Order: sequence, then C-alpha cells, then structure tokens
Amino acid sequence: MSTEVSEMITVVIDGFEVSVPKGTLVIRAAEQLGIQIPRFCDHPLLDPVGACRQCLVDIEINGRAFPKPQASCTIPVEPGMIVKTQLTSPVAEKAQRGVMELLLVNHPLDCPVCDKGGECPLQNQAMSNGQGSSRFEGVKRTFEKPINISSQVLLDRERCVLCARCTRFSEQIASDPFITLNERGALQQVGIYENQPFESYFSGNTVQICPVGALTGAAYRFRARPFDLVSTPSACEHCASGCDMRTDVRRGKTLRRLAGEDASVNEEWNCDKGRWAFKYVTAIDRLKVPMIRNASGELVEASWPEALAVAAEGLKSAKAAVLVGGRATVEDAYGYSKFARVALGTNDIDFRSRLSSDEEREFIASRVVGSSTTYRDIDKADQVLLVGFEPEEESPIVFLRINKQFRKRALKVVSIGSKESIAVEKLKAEFVKVAPGQEAAAIASQKLTDKSVILVGERAAESAGALSAVAALADSTGAKLAWIPRRAGERGAIEAGAIGNLLPGGRPVTDAAARVDIATVWNTDSIPAEVGRSTSQIIDAVHAGQIGALVVGGVDPLDCDNSQAALSAMEKAFVVSLEIAPSAVTARANVVLPVAAVTEKSGSFLNWEGRARSFDAAVADSLNRSDLRILSMIADEMGISLNLGTVTAAAKEIASLGAWDGARATFNKVSAQAQPALNGDQALITSWRRLLDLGTLQEGEEHLAGTARRTVAVISPKRAQSMGVVDGDQLKISTAQGSVTLSALVENIHDDAVWAPRNSRGSQLLVNLGVAHGAVVTVVKA
Amino acid sequence: MTKLAPVLSAHWDEKDSFTLEGYKRHGGYKASEKALKMDPDAVIQLVKDSGLRGRGGAGFPTGMKWGFIPQGDNKDHYLVVNADESEPGTCKDTPLLMANPHVLIEGCIIACHAIRAKHAFIYIRGEITHVARRVNQAIADAYAAGILGNGIDVVLHVGAGAYICGEETALLDSLEGFRGQPRLRPPFPAIAGLYARPTVVNNVESIASVPAIVMNGAEWYQSMGTEKSKGTTLYSLSGHVANPGQFEAPLGITLREILELAGGMRPGHKLKFWTPGGSSTPLFTDEHLDVPLDYEGVAAAGSMLGTKALQIFDETTCVVRAVLRWTEFYKHESCGKCTPCREGTWWLVQILRDLEEGKGTEADLAKLLDLCDNIMGRSFCALGDGATSPITSSIKYFRDEYIAHLTNGACPFDPVASTLFVGAGA
Repeated sequence: MSTEVSEMITVVIDGFEVSVPKGTLVIRAAEQLGIQIPRFCDHPLLDPVGACRQCLVDIEINGRAFPKPQASCTIPVEPGMIVKTQLTSPVAEKAQRGVMELLLVNHPLDCPVCDKGGECPLQNQAMSNGQGSSRFEGVKRTFEKPINISSQVLLDRERCVLCARCTRFSEQIASDPFITLNERGALQQVGIYENQPFESYFSGNTVQICPVGALTGAAYRFRARPFDLVSTPSACEHCASGCDMRTDVRRGKTLRRLAGEDASVNEEWNCDKGRWAFKYVTAIDRLKVPMIRNASGELVEASWPEALAVAAEGLKSAKAAVLVGGRATVEDAYGYSKFARVALGTNDIDFRSRLSSDEEREFIASRVVGSSTTYRDIDKADQVLLVGFEPEEESPIVFLRINKQFRKRALKVVSIGSKESIAVEKLKAEFVKVAPGQEAAAIASQKLTDKSVILVGERAAESAGALSAVAALADSTGAKLAWIPRRAGERGAIEAGAIGNLLPGGRPVTDAAARVDIATVWNTDSIPAEVGRSTSQIIDAVHAGQIGALVVGGVDPLDCDNSQAALSAMEKAFVVSLEIAPSAVTARANVVLPVAAVTEKSGSFLNWEGRARSFDAAVADSLNRSDLRILSMIADEMGISLNLGTVTAAAKEIASLGAWDGARATFNKVSAQAQPALNGDQALITSWRRLLDLGTLQEGEEHLAGTARRTVAVISPKRAQSMGVVDGDQLKISTAQGSVTLSALVENIHDDAVWAPRNSRGSQLLVNLGVAHGAVVTVVKA
Repeated sequence: MTKLAPVLSAHWDEKDSFTLEGYKRHGGYKASEKALKMDPDAVIQLVKDSGLRGRGGAGFPTGMKWGFIPQGDNKDHYLVVNADESEPGTCKDTPLLMANPHVLIEGCIIACHAIRAKHAFIYIRGEITHVARRVNQAIADAYAAGILGNGIDVVLHVGAGAYICGEETALLDSLEGFRGQPRLRPPFPAIAGLYARPTVVNNVESIASVPAIVMNGAEWYQSMGTEKSKGTTLYSLSGHVANPGQFEAPLGITLREILELAGGMRPGHKLKFWTPGGSSTPLFTDEHLDVPLDYEGVAAAGSMLGTKALQIFDETTCVVRAVLRWTEFYKHESCGKCTPCREGTWWLVQILRDLEEGKGTEADLAKLLDLCDNIMGRSFCALGDGATSPITSSIKYFRDEYIAHLTNGACPFDPVASTLFVGAGA
C-alpha cells in the first residue's frame, strides 16, 4: 500500500456521499458507491478521451449546474459537487439511452457470430442502458472484413465503436504507436501505416480491451463462445515478470489466455507471448506414456511401474546429478532439490540451463536469495539502471512498468550494453555503450542513490566481473538491486535450492546449521557438505566419468554453454528425462517420463520480485503428473521416501522450512577480463534472446511468430563503412564451430561488437557459433 | 437608419489595397509601431476597453482572452490566427485576406507584443490556395521591409481541408501535424495550447480589428455598435439578394437595413428564411428582419450571431432541401471522434433524404427532433450542436412544409426556380 496521504474530496452521487482522493474522476468515484455508469472509451489505465459520450451525467458544483450533461470519465471530483447519474437524472438517463442508440446505428447486429458475443461490453450495456429496439431504419456503414493489422490481430471495422482504447493503449502504455484512427466521420477507422503492421509485443492487450468484437486474435477467432469456456485464474509460465493470467478451457483444451488483474504486478496487461503461446500444451506430439530405451537402442512405450523401475535402477547404480531447467514451478524445483539431496545424496544440481558462471552462483546465493525489490520500487525510483537486461525482450511487464514511470515523470533510465535496443530508444534511456565483456568498468562508474534501482539480467553472468561490480555498486550507493532472469522458474528454483550452493530457503550448503535445519525436516541423516557442481561442471564430470547418471527436467541442451558437450554427455550417461514433448534430451534418454504442462497442474512460480504466483490446474481431467509426483515415485522405487505426494504437501513443507535467518553465503568477487585483441574482420559477439523467437514454448504459434522482429546482424556505422556494407547486405559471422549469414543492419552498437539474435530463425548462436557474448568472431561480407 | 461603417474594408476598392505600399498609404503599420512602444499590459487593457469581441462566432471578449495568458512563466507563448473559414455561408475572412492581408499581419504583431509571443501562426483553410498565396506574399513583403523578423515571426500554415480544424483545439492538433480532432479541455489553450504552451487562438477578423483600435483608441471603437457589442464588423450577404457581398457596419444593424443597402431581394421575390451567422446558427424568417444583429439581439431571438454570414433564401427555396444539403455537409465534415456527431449526422441525413423525397410519416419529424435532442449538448465539441440547429429551427418555422412533402409524396418545389441562373435561360 502506498503511504502517501492524498487530499480527500467528498462528493454526492445519486444522493450518496463518497470521499475519494483528489483527482479521482467522477466515473471512478461512482464505482466506489457501486454505481456503474456505462462507458466504452473510458479505461482506468488510459488517459481520458471523452469520445464515446456514453457516460454522460448531470453535475452541479456548489449549486451551479452545468447546462448540459457531462462526460463523467473526463471530469475530476470537486468539493461541493453533486452528481446525478442515469439512476436519478432523467436527462442523464435519456442522454445515455440516446448515445447507446446512436452507437448501434452503424454497429452490425452480428452478435450470434461475433467472438465477443456473451462477454461484450456493448452487448451488455445495450441491454442495461439502452432500449430494446432501434428506431434506425436506414443503411449501415459496411467495410471489407476482416483486415489483418498484424499476423495475429484482425480488425472488423464495421464493428468498431471508435473508442480509441486500442490506439491509446498502443501509444500510452506500449509506446508502440503503430495503429491510429484514420479517415473521419462514420468512416473513421483504426488503421496501420502502409506496409507497417501492428507488430507490438503487447498487441494482444488491444484485443482484450476492445469493448466490441472489432479486434480479434487470429488464433482464437471463431473458436469458441465465451459461455462455453471454463475460466481458471493462472500465472504466466513464460517469463519472470509474473503476470496474473486467466486460462479459458473448453472440454479440456486451452483455447485462450487473457491478462489477469494485479495492480502491483502486471496491472491489466500482459505480453503477446504470455497471451498467445500455449499450443505447446496441446501439441500432437505431447508425451503421454512413459518410454524406455530397449536393448536395440530404440525408445519404446512402457508401463509406469516398468519405467520407474528402470529409472530407479539406473540412478542407484551410478553417481547421479540433476539438471532442472528454469521453468519448473517452485514445488517441482523443490522436488528436484530434495530428490538430489535425499535420493541421490548429492548437491550436484543446477537449474541454469543457459550461459552461467560461478560468479553468478555466488551472486545468487548472497544477493538474490530473499531479495525484496519490487515493481513498486521502480515506481518510486529516481533512476533505473539496466545491466545485461533488455526489459522489453526479457521481461516485458518490467518494460511496461518502467515505461509508465518514464511517461508519467520522465524517469531516468540508464542502460549498459553493447547495442542500443528499441526499448532504450522508447525510454529515451542514457545508453552506456561498452564492448561486449567490458561491462564491469561502466557499472562501477555509475552514480546512483539509495532511491535508485538496479535491474540486472541473467546475461550479466556472461561478462566476468559484471555481477561483482553490480554488487559493489549496490553496496556503495544503497541502491535497490533486483536480478531478473528470463525464465519463470528461476527465482523459485533458487529459493527451492535447486542449485549446488544453496539448500531451500536460501540456506548455504556450506553452513552446518543450515544443513541440520534441512536434514531435520527431510528426515535424513545428513546432507552433503560440499558445494555441488554447476551445469557445465556436471557435463564435464559426465565426460570425465565422474558422473554416470542424470535426471533431466525441462532442459534444452542447446541453451547450454557448450551445447555439443551437453548433447554427448546425455548420450554417455544414463538419463532419466521428465518432459512434456520429445526433445534433444528425450532422444538420448534411457527413460522418458511424461509430465504435466503448467495449465495441467497446480503450483506456483516466484516472479523476479520473489512474489508467489500460484495457480490451479486449468485443465481438470489431465492424466499428466507434475514432476514432483514423478520424482516421488522414482524415489519410492529406490526405497527412499520423499513425502512429497502432492503439490499441497510440497507447499506445506516449503512453508514449514521458512527463510534462512543465518549468514548469507559469501561472494568472492571476480574481476573483469581484459578485452581480447581484434584484427580487422574480427568482432566481439553480443546477443540476447528476443521475446518472440524459436523458444520451445512458442512452437506451433504461427500467428504469433508472424510478429517476431526481423532477424538481422547489427554492426556499427564505422564497421559498416570499413567493410563497405549497407543495410540489407549479407553478413557472415563465424567461429571455429560454424557460422550464420544474416541481413546487415547498421545501428548504434559498439564498434568492436556484432549483434545477432540468440535464438531466432536463422540465428541460433549457441548452436551455430557456440558463443553468444563477449567471444571473438569473424564478420565478413557474404 | 444605420449606415455602413467601413474600417476593415475602407480601402478594398483600391487596386493595390493588398500590397504593402497600398496598406502603408493609409497609415499601415503605424499602429504596430505605436503598440510596440506601449507596455504589453496596456495594449491588452486597450483591447479590453474597446469591447472587441471574437469575430469567429462565439463572441468572447478578445482582450480578456489575451489576459488569460500567464505572464512571467518563462515559457514560449504563441498566437494562432484561425483562418480556417469553412462554415457554409461564411465568407468574410477570405475577401479580407485577399484585399488587405497586411492588416492581419499588423494585428499579429500587436497581439504578439501584448501576449509576449514571438511567433504567430496563421492557419488557413486548405482549399483557398489563392488566399494562401496572397498572405504568403504579404508575409514575405513584410519580412523584406523589416516589419517582421525583428523579434516577431509569422508563419503561414495551410490546412488540409477539414471543417473541424476551425474548432480551435482541433486546429492546434492539425497545426502540430496531427489529424485534426478537438482536444479535451481543460487544459485550455491559454494554459497548454500549441506544443503545450500558452496560446491565444483568434479569428482573422478579430486580429485585423486591432490595428484600428490601437490607432483610434478604445473610445472610438466603443462609439460604434450597441451596448455590449461594440465596433464594426463584416456582414456577409449571400443568396437570393440583388447585390450580395461584404457589408461592414456597426454591430446591431438589422437585416432589413442591410437588405436595403444591398438593393433588396432578387427582383420579384420575397424573403423566406435566412441564417444570421452561418448554417450552424438556427434559421430566421421574415419575422426577424428587425432583429438587431449583435450578439445579444440575435441570441434573444433564439439564434446566434456566429460569423454574421447572412444567407438569404427566397420563397422558391425548399427548406427541407436546404437543410438536407447542410446536414450532408455536417455528415461529411464530422471528425468522427464522438458518437453523437459521427453517428447522429449519418442518421440525420438518411431521415432528411427520405423526407425530402416525400417518404415517411409525421412521426419521422418527432424522431428527427428527438434525435437532435440526443445530439445537441451531447457531442464533444460544438460541431454536433451546430448540425442540429438548421433542423430544429426549420421544423419550428416550417413544419407545414415538411408535412407538405409527405402528403405530396414528393418535394412540392421546383428546384430550378431557386437557382440564380433561372432568369437567364428560362
């Protein structure tokens, strides 16, 4: 809750007094009394526009009445104000009925075939505040329908009531003014600029806030009637922003996901990935039954008891480690954490299936665990510093929150990186340009205060010394620090101890008291005292013969440091794979156990703030089991009890552990490395993963993929000039491992750097080049 | 009998009235010379004292508008001249700018000085290219003569041709490069107008009236006109009259007097209805020949002085047809921002078209009036209100004629009879 005390103003609405903060609009004040004034253009998170005129009410101030009804969505309360809504003023009631009739003059009565029918503000308010039939007998306006304003948003112009919610959202919230109102009069319409589609990462919100069926999503259009859907509150599994969501299911199949409301997190918005990437759940190749590898090396279907027996036997007969991706729920991550320690007797567990470092692991243990920086700190910040973090690409709601403060009060944003991004431009951020790998010095020279917020992304781990510099900067300035990973499960995995140096609750593995805490609750004799191996160390250990078995859940080896080594390690070791769909891991696994996708199970994520985002199963009759349940079954088969039969049991046990009140793990700071020398056609690679790319959870979403940003290789004007390259020329970026050839784009990037998307079509750097940040690559004109 | 009082139009009959030389011959730019030596607040007070009211239609006191500009706020201030004259019937600014563009430029200099602005923008209607060229030349001549460019700059902006851009906030949006649609007020232009800076938006005639006030004093100006409507103004007479044109007279003259000065109606015909201030002001009939044409007089008779565009229609004119034509204009020009105007004009046209063709019943008249009631005072800006004025007023005075269409099953008028060329060939 905000502690600022604002001046309260008392007004009378329909005879009832209500006190609201100064600046509150009449329409909002009425809501406080439960008086619903009909509206279309009004939206609490958008600037008032007063266009639809549906919310007309009679107002007098200190005895002086306005000569005509006023739009209650544009007028703030004033002392001495008396408002009469449609409930007490015949004039307001007639005005509203009149406007409603006018709105329906050109609106087709195609409700029976309209996606919005059944959940349509126009339909509902026409019933509540309109008249039964129209006196209009003339000719309605018609348009060609629908038109694609992007590959995923369709526009039926004849249904549009021109409330300008969508255009205002795009401009005011997303800062993507790619749609505007064109033409005039009744022919006014929403439109895009020629050849410039509505390719905003946030475009789906316009579909959700459209008060009629004018904007529809290509994936959902004509798929369902709202009254046939069963809605379940859920949490987004895509990134660490932690959006509240609603999942709509019909007959066991997810048909739609919408942004939920949570004022302290996502307000009412989400990104297009969260909204439209869920087909992976219903993909036809979803794993449904367990499989084991037979004597001839083929994966064959098996019964659960058979598969569990093989898994248990394999894990018992070799030294085993656990690789759990960053997408597990808190409860599942806790299951992996406990399974590693109790069933496998090892601290060799890591959730980081991505580029990572030991510096990062220590940073996590000393700075991230228990950290409580929140969205509200961004709201109050005097400055936001972004390090190794592209909010729009890697945590879109964080971008919206920063953007809100930028638009409201010109919040200062500083971004340290090698390539200027679209978000940096939109936020008019100060861009501190450094060579890839040389972030530490730039971080150290930042001037912050104790009201500043440092947002550091997971990519900071790719630059030696960066996280050490961030920690030092936070210490010396008192600035708030938040680490924002890309995946939804990473913060939860940390708190669950799914990493080699931490036990649940942020307890350092090296702390004897912490180990006793956990061993007591887990009812086990002891917990290994030495810090476990990291992802890359585990892979190395497999190759060195020190580890013979792996439990792998939700990991794409192609995301790892050395993807080739990861793949061959999985061929070498005995692998138990817990997966939702066939992958590079299941292709190499000895036992494949199908698990539930997020919509099929209950659980929770911790977003980057550490805020719990719990959800229930949206699909009730799924036979799929959560990772936790399956790990318990394997443990049972191994003769060890995890006592984690259900998600509720795990949640209870986590709660009973509580947070660690002892000393945090120490952070052995690391210094930066010198920049490698470059010859003429060499550059340092830098990259990030775009919001919309080849991520596994976006598979099958063609409409969504259609709005992904173009795959390009970015070089600086200086380099372009020396190479004789202009925009659109082909550039070949290569290492000893391989190459990518991409269309060139000359932009604001460090002269020593070349940028390419990390995992987009035609540019999967970890696979193609084996490097993604700070390494030397060769750049030539192709 | 009120006589003509040509001030603005005093020298329009001279061949070179539009040139710098022609303007200077009659004391041009002496007023700005005088005003620039005055304290800005004294200029504002002078204009307040003169009683000059906005000539764009609303009649807001010009000096008071200038006085709303916050002083000492260390912000740029702007003067914007509304030359987007687009109201059907209104045709005073176009001849004024053709005959004497320099009086506007001089007025801009004085107004800029008064409101502490360095820039004046003249927003001119897109369709009148010839006027834009003339004003452009006058500005260039004024720069060449060192009259402009010494701390005050005047920029001419040609609109893209939209009636709505005559609405001052839509004009500002258009001037800033956006599509012209009215802005939400507050903030008012005096606080956050052009580029969110304090801005005065005045009509051409208002600004052009200022040099004479500065030269001759507030008392001189006050000596003309009526109690609350001071000075002289341009009355634009058009339609079925013998001698249409601009008649500059003190406020408060009657149509009967102007018609006399104009040689009466076209021969053999008599007055049927007329607009006092353009098509968005309620119609008058021959009952109103003696209504004093000042702000109060016209309002008391149930209409608005508006832009003093006196469109005169004789007995050959079908009022339903005339109203339909105007309504078609409003439908075409509705900006589309708000529901009542956008959808209402769409609907009004369809009903009126039926009525003019003799289709429908008397119940349609009730529907039409109820529809006007749902638009009037419900729309975002005054355009929607204006669209209803000709309809409600014409039904008020000519209900029988509407009904005659219905009983007749068609329009009872010969449309050719009302044309001005009817006498020539017929």
